[in-house]
Amino acid sequence: MDNATTLGTVAHGHAHEHAHEELGWWRTYVFSVDHKVIGIQYAVTGLTFLLFGFTLMMIMRWQLAYPGRPIPLIGTWFGQDKAPGGIMLPEFYNQLGAMHGTIMVFLGVVPLAVGGFGNFVMPLQIGAPDMAFPKINMMSYWVYFIGGVVMLLSFFAPGGAAQSGWTSYTPLSVIATSGQTWWLFGMIFLITSSLLGSINFIVTIIQLRAKGLNYMRLPFFVWAQFVTSFLLLLAFPPLEAAGVLQLMDRLAGTSFFEPSGLVVSGKVLTNAGGGNPLLWQHLFWFLAHPEVYVLILPAMGIVAEVIANNTRKPLWGYKAMVYSLIFLGFMSFFVWAHHMFMTGMGTAMSAFFQTTTMIISIPSVVILTSLLLSLWGASIRFTTPMLFALAFLPMFGIGGLTGLPLGLAPPDIHLHDTYYVIGHFHYVVAPGTILALFAGIYYWYPKATGRMMNDMLGRIHFWGTFVCINLVFMPMFIQGLGGMNRRMYDGGMQYAHNQSLLKWNVVIGMAAWTMGLFQLPFIVNFLWSIKHGKRVENDNPWQATTVEWSAPSPPGHGNFAIAPVVYRGPYEYSVPGAPKDFSPQFEPERA
Amino acid sequence: MEIPYIVEARPDTGLHNGKLGIWLFLASEVMLFGALFSTYILLRVGASEWPHGDLSVLLGTINTIILIASSVTMVMAWASLKLNDWGKHRLYLALTFVLALVFLVNKYFEYSEHLTKGEGPWHSTFFAIYFTLTGLHGLHIVGGMVVMAYFLGPGAKLWKKNPDQFANRIEATGLYWHFVDLVWIFLFPVLYLL
Amino acid sequence: MHSDPAEVRKSVRSYITVFVMLMVFTIITVGVSRFHFAVPLAITVALIIAAMKGSMVAGVFMHLSHERQLIYGTLLLTAAFFFMLLFLPVLAYMDRVRY
Repeated sequence: MDNATTLGTVAHGHAHEHAHEELGWWRTYVFSVDHKVIGIQYAVTGLTFLLFGFTLMMIMRWQLAYPGRPIPLIGTWFGQDKAPGGIMLPEFYNQLGAMHGTIMVFLGVVPLAVGGFGNFVMPLQIGAPDMAFPKINMMSYWVYFIGGVVMLLSFFAPGGAAQSGWTSYTPLSVIATSGQTWWLFGMIFLITSSLLGSINFIVTIIQLRAKGLNYMRLPFFVWAQFVTSFLLLLAFPPLEAAGVLQLMDRLAGTSFFEPSGLVVSGKVLTNAGGGNPLLWQHLFWFLAHPEVYVLILPAMGIVAEVIANNTRKPLWGYKAMVYSLIFLGFMSFFVWAHHMFMTGMGTAMSAFFQTTTMIISIPSVVILTSLLLSLWGASIRFTTPMLFALAFLPMFGIGGLTGLPLGLAPPDIHLHDTYYVIGHFHYVVAPGTILALFAGIYYWYPKATGRMMNDMLGRIHFWGTFVCINLVFMPMFIQGLGGMNRRMYDGGMQYAHNQSLLKWNVVIGMAAWTMGLFQLPFIVNFLWSIKHGKRVENDNPWQATTVEWSAPSPPGHGNFAIAPVVYRGPYEYSVPGAPKDFSPQFEPERA
Repeated sequence: MEIPYIVEARPDTGLHNGKLGIWLFLASEVMLFGALFSTYILLRVGASEWPHGDLSVLLGTINTIILIASSVTMVMAWASLKLNDWGKHRLYLALTFVLALVFLVNKYFEYSEHLTKGEGPWHSTFFAIYFTLTGLHGLHIVGGMVVMAYFLGPGAKLWKKNPDQFANRIEATGLYWHFVDLVWIFLFPVLYLL
Repeated sequence: MHSDPAEVRKSVRSYITVFVMLMVFTIITVGVSRFHFAVPLAITVALIIAAMKGSMVAGVFMHLSHERQLIYGTLLLTAAFFFMLLFLPVLAYMDRVRY
């Protein structure tokens, strides 16, 4: 097919037109309604934001490792109001912290995992020509883009960007500088984008599945995107409402979140009062808890695909994994106040949320165990995607296990708001999700571009990242257990109990900066391989069984010349008596 | 390959894409208004006193009647299409638009009355949640009117090209509109009567 | 679905019926509020009436009474989350530690 729809690979001239009208450059590459172009737009934008958010963290780690020392090389770029003489002001530290979290979660990981991988792979995996609503798909990307620009511009607001944590707790966030208003508007754009996308995903998966592709034959990746989309659809609106309420508190003088008699800098606020700061926390965490499952589910989906493919065996416990996914998604709406154990909730409600939180750990364990058991007796191919996918397993294990003392109210009394929490959630998202996303990039890159990424650079990227990322986050458990609080701009050096823990800040900093260096081989590889990577010999270089591998690499407009038909389950590898070690879903039985 | 089930229903789900899409959107809207109702409950339970009788029950009742009527005209606009009566369809759709406009005009009078008395959202948590709930609801009315205007205007061309797809779109608009009516059915007693 | 004219005409009759019922219930709900019941009773009565009105709009105008299982399922799920969102925060507030 002609109109190649990937970055840089413009297909061989448009000498012959097909039935489709010739769309100009803008409608083909910028305002495209093709899910593959949109997926790549999301992926590249998401990766760029990930890099930016990572850079913010690298700057923060300097301050934490060497509090009060001028930031080297770029210190003077930040100006007098952020880092006079290159020395970070506490306000700037707080901006970096709040924006690091916001950017990584909302502008980086989710757009890449859902917008990027979901958009590009899912329609191909279900044998569809595109998403159900291509124009809405395009809108969802551009609304995300605008939200991202708004978030970035907020750094230039007087007083700087949002600086009340990515959690924007009230009433601090209500009295914060104008950057917070930018944050709120940015979130409204991002949430709208997410809403448009999630409706599209759900309708596409339900309505556009190929003939023969019933629900229990869907690749686990598709199931993961399906459940994720329901989470986004139903959990985000309360945060949108809360954002509007906080905007009204900041701009219209309301007091949704401001209690009566609030004193700021020695002056009593003159607004009406009668508000409830905890209301914000309830509405925020109502989204933000399901949001963490939005962060992990697509990653589990990717890992499942890569593991099945590189073990040459069906996934162990596919059905259990699917039911666990559904149960996990459902339960994720009932656990949110485990983020609020320290807000003065009584024992009844704390017990309720503690119980639901313990229950929700069960499906995660089922999924992880099934993935682990899938390795048993396998002929493992240690391809670069497989390295990342294998690493995901213990990393997610550590992340999940360290969540248990946080989900139980009594130990949370000691661990809440310490570095233990930071260690826990980063283990799931950074050594967890992000490693899985890398696996996905190496795995699906040949489908998107027709070329393989360089293997040596991939392995360097993997080992460097894997070792460094553990050195960054493992010490945080030690710091947290020692009582070191989070969000302290000077690394906690003012507290006696922290003194023995401060040295870890230097270790963490060094590991973080080294990890930054190890992303260079990836960036170079990603860009260079577009034009110079080794061309694939056929459309299915990984010898995989799922439907996307039957399409050309890259697929043309409409994906499939004739609608694919599915004949069997998604992971029929090493079927006894079959001619080759994989029986693709889309190949009919031999006569 | 063309995208299937834009007009005809998929056999195993019995739905066309747009219908599933609009119901999913409405589900998200339930959660959006749910958050505001939750806000109302939390703030009222936590308040030592809560105003009563500050809102005009008369205007609220009139608006309730107007919105319910507009819901009827909206479903009739769709039914007329199914009966192939283009004229009636245009009449009912235009009527729905007009009723929506009257609702907004009433709201304008209501808001002005409060604002001139200094009873804005800043005045108390009651007025804060009143303005937010009715304001967001009002924005949804405006959104619905924009869509109706489109189908009365340039969007009407689709009836000639693909009547079934046009009818589907009107049905989707109707579902959205009935939802807006549904929210008001709960808003009215909660804010005006309790 | 409703492509058959006779079916549609039957539905039209049900739309008119529902319209009348909704008007009646609106009058009732306003009338009842005049009695100034104690707050818990007033809330209960108002919500019951509103729920009845709402079910009529949803069931008849939105054709939910003969809609597909998929839609029902989605709405049921949404209802579960809706009620959680509505009641857990205030329950947490009522269960709060008092000093």
